[in-house]
Amino acid sequence: MTTLSIRSLKKVFNPGKANQVDALVDVDLTVEPGDFVSLIGPSGCGKSTLLRLLADLIQPTSGTVMMNGKSAHQARIDQDYGMAFQQAGLFDWRSVAENIELPLELKGWDKAKRRDRAHEMLELVKLREFADHRPWELSGGMQQRVAIARALASHPQVLLMDEPFGALDEMTREHMQAELLRICRAAQTTVVFVTHSIPEAVYLSSRVVVMSPRPGRITQIIDVGLGDARTDETRDDAAFYTKITEVREALRGIESTLAARGVDNR
Amino acid sequence: MTRARLRRVVMFVAALVAVACLWEFYKIIGPDQGGKAFGWTVLPRAGDRSMPHVWEMFARLGDVEASQGGRHIWQIILSAIWYSLRLVLAGFALGVIVGMGLGVVMSRLKLVERGLMPLLVASQTVPLIALAPLVVAWGGKLHIGSFTWEKWMSAVVLGAFLSFFPVAIGTLKGLNSPSAEALELMQSYAATWRQTLFKLRFPAAVPFLIPALKLAGSASVFGVLVSEISTGVSGGVGRLIIKFANEASSKPARVFTSVFGAVILGLLMAGLVAAAESRIMRNRPKEIPA
Repeated sequence: MTTLSIRSLKKVFNPGKANQVDALVDVDLTVEPGDFVSLIGPSGCGKSTLLRLLADLIQPTSGTVMMNGKSAHQARIDQDYGMAFQQAGLFDWRSVAENIELPLELKGWDKAKRRDRAHEMLELVKLREFADHRPWELSGGMQQRVAIARALASHPQVLLMDEPFGALDEMTREHMQAELLRICRAAQTTVVFVTHSIPEAVYLSSRVVVMSPRPGRITQIIDVGLGDARTDETRDDAAFYTKITEVREALRGIESTLAARGVDNR
Repeated sequence: MTRARLRRVVMFVAALVAVACLWEFYKIIGPDQGGKAFGWTVLPRAGDRSMPHVWEMFARLGDVEASQGGRHIWQIILSAIWYSLRLVLAGFALGVIVGMGLGVVMSRLKLVERGLMPLLVASQTVPLIALAPLVVAWGGKLHIGSFTWEKWMSAVVLGAFLSFFPVAIGTLKGLNSPSAEALELMQSYAATWRQTLFKLRFPAAVPFLIPALKLAGSASVFGVLVSEISTGVSGGVGRLIIKFANEASSKPARVFTSVFGAVILGLLMAGLVAAAESRIMRNRPKEIPA
């Protein structure tokens, strides 16, 4: 079954007012199980808005989002997806394990079952010995791994991520990307991933969705085709660079049209 | 930890001694009849009647009061502290409950916040002295079954009246403190309002509640003592202050022994909140979020 099916999606903020913004228009996208789709584009292109529409955190002006054959709303109620943000957003007053247990607690799981699952998730993100630590005792990269473990705790089929590695330094970032691929493969998760970084999008994705602003829309979908087994060597691969160039040129095309229309996009 | 605690105790005692020294130093250099400049008294009188010696105050603690069944002054003060402390605790508890309740309602409904907040601010500008007799009169009109309104209940209500305000403000600010992402996270879990309140908003509000509770603690002491005085509740520290103040011309140092009682009440409340703080904040980062 198709994991995500997005049809003629449109989102207008403040409709009919002076500050009306056409955040997204004519968005069509299909995501199959096991896909890793990155959304990339200049700020204001609506990539975070699209992610929030998929998560049913905001409502579309028109069009539909279906997740696993259900409405986005039903998918949220059923916790078909997990979510991770740029800030790990762990709760200070909970231990690492208790943070991972949070979604399970809200679903009414009993304590023993929650503990088991939290430890299973900690194993997956290689933080087993940090179960009883406090979040602020962990480095930024470790916190983000806990956030991913929390997002995957209820074993959702879909993971929605909004620039999760944006606040990390370059080395940690590359390490986290490799970790994310490993984790998602192990858990067979389908991912929609918002990013600003071209190499990150190419390294992680099976498809890169290039978006452009004013109004926010999809301009191009690039198949990456680097295969499933990606390692650090992939980053030195000629094919990797070719794809980076392809995405960069797609984004440049957007920049030049915007410049021609007199829009400052910095 | 114990070392840090020891240092705290030492600093506290040192501060007390410093105040006593300052007091005695002023008595040496200050003019007995007060310093006058252009006909105004600008310096307080340093005479023994206005400013008794510190040791004189402590000596009075050992006096025997014949009218109180031959008890020592320190015994009288201790029992007054015990009496007032119960009223203070009741007022504090009531204030915290009401304050938190108002905070929750205001954070839930912006409209209520806009309507209620000016009233709450205005309520705190009403002089307690003016309000106390009113509360006594209103309470006296309450007849629910065999329930009768006692005077001490008015003191509790007025203690709560002063202490609910900082708690309401702290709760409101604290409940609204979680980031947009944290709220989106709860939303993505399809968490109910109640779940979000207890799993996110309340825990996030704790660092804001601690200073609010500190204010509420001293406010409830103030509220109870002042209303003991103005409503004539006997048995507590407030009444003792008035009683000793009336005898000040003959026994000036004795007034200060009753002030000690008020100070001890305040310290007890501060200690209570500090103990709660160190328990609750034990597992939290040291910096308080802005």
